[in-house]
Amino acid sequence: MANVLFNILIFPGFLFASVFSLTAEYVDRKLCAKLQNRVGPPWYQPLADFIKLLAKEDIVPQQADSTIFTLMPSIAFTATLTAFFCIPLWQTQSVYPFSSDLIVVLYLLTIPTLTFFLGGWYARSVFSMIGAARAIIQLFAYEIPLFLSILAPAMLAGTLSLSEMTVFYSHHPWLVLLNLMNFAIALVALLGKLEKTPFDIPEAETEIVAGTFTEYSGRLLAFFRIAIDMEMVAGSSLLAAVFLPFGFNLGPALGFILYLAKVLFVVALLSLARTIFARLRIDQMINLCWKYIAPAAFLLLVVDLIVKGFIVK
Amino acid sequence: MIRPGRMIIQVLRSLFKKPATSLYPFVKTEMPDKFRGKLKYYPEKCIGCMLCMKDCPSDAIVIKKVGEKKYIAEINLARCIYCAQCVDSCPKDALESTKEFELAKLTRDQLKVVISEETQSSSEPKT
Amino acid sequence: MHSHDFQIPIGPQHPALKEPESFLLTMHGEKITSMTVRLGYNHRGIEKACEAQSYIQDIYLIERVCGICSHSHATCFIQAIEEIAGLAVPKRALYIRTLIAELERVHSHLLWLGVAGHEIGFDTLLMYTWRDREVVMDILALLTGNRVNYSMNTIGGVRRDITAEQKQEILKATDTLEERTKYYIQIATEETTIIKRLSGVGMLLYDDAVNLGAVGPTARASGVDRDIRRDDPYAAYGELKFNVITDKHCDVYGRAVVRVLELMESYKIIRQVLADMPEGPITVKAPRKIPAGEALSRYEAPRGEDVHYVKANGTDRPERVKVRAPTLANVQVVAHMLKDRYLADMPIVIAAIDPCFSCTDRLTSLRDSDSGSKNYMTWPALRSYSIEWHRKQGIDFSDLNKKFKVPGN
Repeated sequence: MANVLFNILIFPGFLFASVFSLTAEYVDRKLCAKLQNRVGPPWYQPLADFIKLLAKEDIVPQQADSTIFTLMPSIAFTATLTAFFCIPLWQTQSVYPFSSDLIVVLYLLTIPTLTFFLGGWYARSVFSMIGAARAIIQLFAYEIPLFLSILAPAMLAGTLSLSEMTVFYSHHPWLVLLNLMNFAIALVALLGKLEKTPFDIPEAETEIVAGTFTEYSGRLLAFFRIAIDMEMVAGSSLLAAVFLPFGFNLGPALGFILYLAKVLFVVALLSLARTIFARLRIDQMINLCWKYIAPAAFLLLVVDLIVKGFIVK
Repeated sequence: MIRPGRMIIQVLRSLFKKPATSLYPFVKTEMPDKFRGKLKYYPEKCIGCMLCMKDCPSDAIVIKKVGEKKYIAEINLARCIYCAQCVDSCPKDALESTKEFELAKLTRDQLKVVISEETQSSSEPKT
Repeated sequence: MHSHDFQIPIGPQHPALKEPESFLLTMHGEKITSMTVRLGYNHRGIEKACEAQSYIQDIYLIERVCGICSHSHATCFIQAIEEIAGLAVPKRALYIRTLIAELERVHSHLLWLGVAGHEIGFDTLLMYTWRDREVVMDILALLTGNRVNYSMNTIGGVRRDITAEQKQEILKATDTLEERTKYYIQIATEETTIIKRLSGVGMLLYDDAVNLGAVGPTARASGVDRDIRRDDPYAAYGELKFNVITDKHCDVYGRAVVRVLELMESYKIIRQVLADMPEGPITVKAPRKIPAGEALSRYEAPRGEDVHYVKANGTDRPERVKVRAPTLANVQVVAHMLKDRYLADMPIVIAAIDPCFSCTDRLTSLRDSDSGSKNYMTWPALRSYSIEWHRKQGIDFSDLNKKFKVPGN
């Protein structure tokens, strides 16, 4: 019981996940600043932002549905935190492994986008509603390529359990190279999921103020923001576990450091993408995802299946 | 060649460059020689022609006669727009622009500066 | 308006706008069906204030019509005064004015490029162009004593001379800027995401540009070959060689191309000015009282044609000053360009005319918040107030009223 509480509240649960997501946000912002030849924020900036938002007044708009409006940030936060328990971090096993947990993780990571939609829609401001509609349109565009690109390595490993996948790839390390293209596709889809440039369409500042989050303030916004950070860490951990599955038998200390390095590497790739592209329009984004990325992901799935037929067995 | 991510080389190069940001309050910026900052007034040169008062676009400067051929200037730094027209208008070079630009004060009264022969070139607030 | 249509207020406060101005978009999903513009949030009464001050004081007021093209407005105003007073401005002063004007164009166009990047979510471009813009800002501070309101002009010349060392500094800075501009031309014309967001957006065909009276780079990007620097030369432009950049794209991409290529022309002009600058005085003595007369002055500001009208009556104060900033000519074009476009194109299309709303606002209409009535003051009451105000300034309109037989008098 004490062990379960420790897992949930401290490590790798609430406390560790929160601290790590704030760190990841810092790395993202600092790196982005460095790439843009700026100084960037000091290390405590994400924490300071969080504390400042906590101290601010919560404003629920009069015309908003106050139950859904206030509930959504905590649901987003809980969903990403739960996803965290099912992803193998530095061992081949996650904290609570079970068969087919890959599907559960992917769906848990979809929930934040749904909460953005509901929170924005029920705020009933024009900017939030447009943001909400864009978020859900975008969801349909990136979700398929993301699922397909993660399904391909799972098919190759012949399992839908993340823990069994990591075991499989530590036995067949060279097959990881086959999934590099899938990794690139998953990164693009993750950019869409995290609503980062070039896919920050649902919260495009210059068009619709802050999209979904226009009406959010105070504690509710603070929880939404930390949920997004945690989604970034959980998404990056998932990508690290699926596409960079090496070094799981280095022991706790080294393995843990390697895990941090892997996640921060994925975060760094995301910040790099953020600095070298302009924001696309929603129609261009859907075009890109359906015309190029989804077919490519499907093709790679077929390639993985063929390879599985010839080589593995 | 048209391709996405055209800026990637410059962006990655910036990673190893010093940031372009100037760390202002810690590293002071040197203003150019012609900078139009806070005004300096030489009461002994002033002949009281009041041309500066006449030309000032924002009524920021007031010259007062305090004795025989003795003048004081009251400069309101909050009103001054630092155009330095008074410096150009003065026939006797009794006014001068300095490089001083950090003029923020906590109250409006502190921005009213009186310069006489006694307090010459000092910027003590009027009490 | 269909039942599914809804309205979005863009402004007076909105992240896409750097100044308060109100656009009301009627939307059908993500598509804009119509747009109305409401100006007047920045009305500062500058024209009226000019009538209450002397010409010398007015220079500094007019300079503050716009923060970015402060030299443009000041020069335009002073040219009108100099024409009324019949002053022969020394050649060196004209060359220095041209130099500052071109440096200002460089800083304005670089600023625009950064803002355009920001509007399409490309913040790296914003950071880089504004970093490089610091070079020209430093040069302007070195020459004039300030980064924004240069205060370089005075009636009958310029206030500060340029030394040989400063010339070297400018040449050095121009080389740096030219190299960077070449890089930005490459980025703007070769980066896929930028081209996707700019080309085909905000179409303004040649005929529409002419009919709606577009000016500056907005018109030139639609193939309208119009530039006051060449068509009606002022300052030293008559003696300089440069090309007027036009483009046939007719969209935001074309406007970006026109601006970056104009930067290259500006470097050419700066080099010519420095090479050809004659020696001599930089100012002639100007009278405080300007003789009666009127003049209209035109100037090619970075955003387009700037027009100032000044009427003098023999005193040391102007009787009437009229300022027409380039944005006023371009703002109706925006409504035309946004029709049937996506909401996502709104920020960049508005930014593409390089709007400067504070400079534009010459009047505002007030409304009683309770009744919605626009009548704060009746027309006859306003007239009699105006006549009384002018009488206090020493201008009597009663003769004029008799002459034209204005009813009610």
